[in-house]
Amino acid sequence: VTVVPAYDAVLDERGHVCPLPVIALARAAAADPAGRVLLLADDPAAETDVPAWCALRHRRLEWVGDSPDGRGRAYLVSGPPA
Amino acid sequence: VASQSSTGPDHPDVASGSRSVAPAGYFDAASTAPLHPAAREALLAALDQGWADPSRSYHQARRARLLLDSAREATAAVLGARPDEVSFTSSGTQAVGLGLAGLVRGRERVGRRVLAAAVEHSSVLHAAADAVGDDDGVRTLAVDSLGRVDTDEAVAALRGPGVALLALQSANHEVGTRQPVDEVAATAREHGIDVPLLVDAAQSVGRDPLPRGWSVLTASAHKWGGPAGVGVLAVRTGVRWRSPSPEGALEHGRVPGFVAVPAVVAAAAALVAVERDRAAESARLSALIDRLRARVPDLVPDTVVLGDPVDRLPHLVTFSFLYVDGEALLADLDREGFAVSSGSSCVADSLQPSHVLVAMGALTHGNLRVSLPIGAAEPDIDRFLDVLPGVVARVRGVLGAEGL
Repeated sequence: VTVVPAYDAVLDERGHVCPLPVIALARAAAADPAGRVLLLADDPAAETDVPAWCALRHRRLEWVGDSPDGRGRAYLVSGPPA
Repeated sequence: VASQSSTGPDHPDVASGSRSVAPAGYFDAASTAPLHPAAREALLAALDQGWADPSRSYHQARRARLLLDSAREATAAVLGARPDEVSFTSSGTQAVGLGLAGLVRGRERVGRRVLAAAVEHSSVLHAAADAVGDDDGVRTLAVDSLGRVDTDEAVAALRGPGVALLALQSANHEVGTRQPVDEVAATAREHGIDVPLLVDAAQSVGRDPLPRGWSVLTASAHKWGGPAGVGVLAVRTGVRWRSPSPEGALEHGRVPGFVAVPAVVAAAAALVAVERDRAAESARLSALIDRLRARVPDLVPDTVVLGDPVDRLPHLVTFSFLYVDGEALLADLDREGFAVSSGSSCVADSLQPSHVLVAMGALTHGNLRVSLPIGAAEPDIDRFLDVLPGVVARVRGVLGAEGL
């Protein structure tokens, strides 16, 4: 069983390919800069692009694991590193 | 001096002196180059004079043999090899496959572990997995964010048990970063480590100084303006290499099948011509790449410039543009007259992002590789810089990604 840390919002981008999951993440970050967002994605490019985007935008990738329902991966992204 | 427009996009730019035949806006030389004029000329002559079987002894055969021998000598001189070390194959991929499998066979008593940089060309990684029978026998060496393996880490890995060989490219085909081939070879030698190095030099031959520390070197003629269907496999004298081919292989017993003498002659003619102008032309192209590396991030917001800015191939640069669909980017640039390539997953048949970009931890979407052909004209670069910002903005706009 995947235990996902606490989050404020879920973005289900499964079925969407790059760059859409990262654009969704960027929109969520713009709407709520301090929010903790759980991104669900099954695009293989997200494995590389989510960490790369976090580094470019100074966001924190707190956790990466399998999606709670087992479909795709989950990325927990929060505000700028302390 | 004739301008680009007076020669037209599909005619040789004879005015530049570099005898390019690449059409204006063709920026995908790392995939393949158009036939060099010297190759065309040599090919036509050799089709008439070099068709016979060079292993026979009658006069037509001797003529073909002479052509093949002189092509071999010329090629060997450029590669820093002896003629008897050089064999011609029917492709760069075949050269890699034979080179790698032959080293594995030659090292059977030592072990079957193949080390390879994580950013090797897929032909090398596939040949490695094939030669040792399973993926477990291949260990990839990590690279830094510029795409380069660390010399000390590579040498440490060579000390491991059962290592048959290390595959280390001369320079990366996607981001241009040079690999420390000679440093790895020298450091290994200092430590008394005797593991052969397979160097895929496909992107460097005719463009960049070649490393010397190889045991096996491979290359592909269509990258330097030779015809497709000619590869080069060079095996250093004294290296334990055992042919993986059935009995009867030609080309010093290294390659199965009849040699395409006319194509080989054409490939060598192109290589000699390209090598003659290499230093000046590479310096010129490198300055154009410097300009792209400096200007594109200024003109296009949220651009990541990939690869080593200095220790790199002279003619190649790669960018990733945030929030850009790589496939749409390529299509829009094509409409503007620019042929480029991309490592983004949406462009790949496999829908997987480029393993090179993944290994570097680089942004994989919105990826764009510019690789300049020999003779690429400066006004072409100017026009590219004029067009690119609008194209990227348009592609971002379609996805509603402006201002994020």
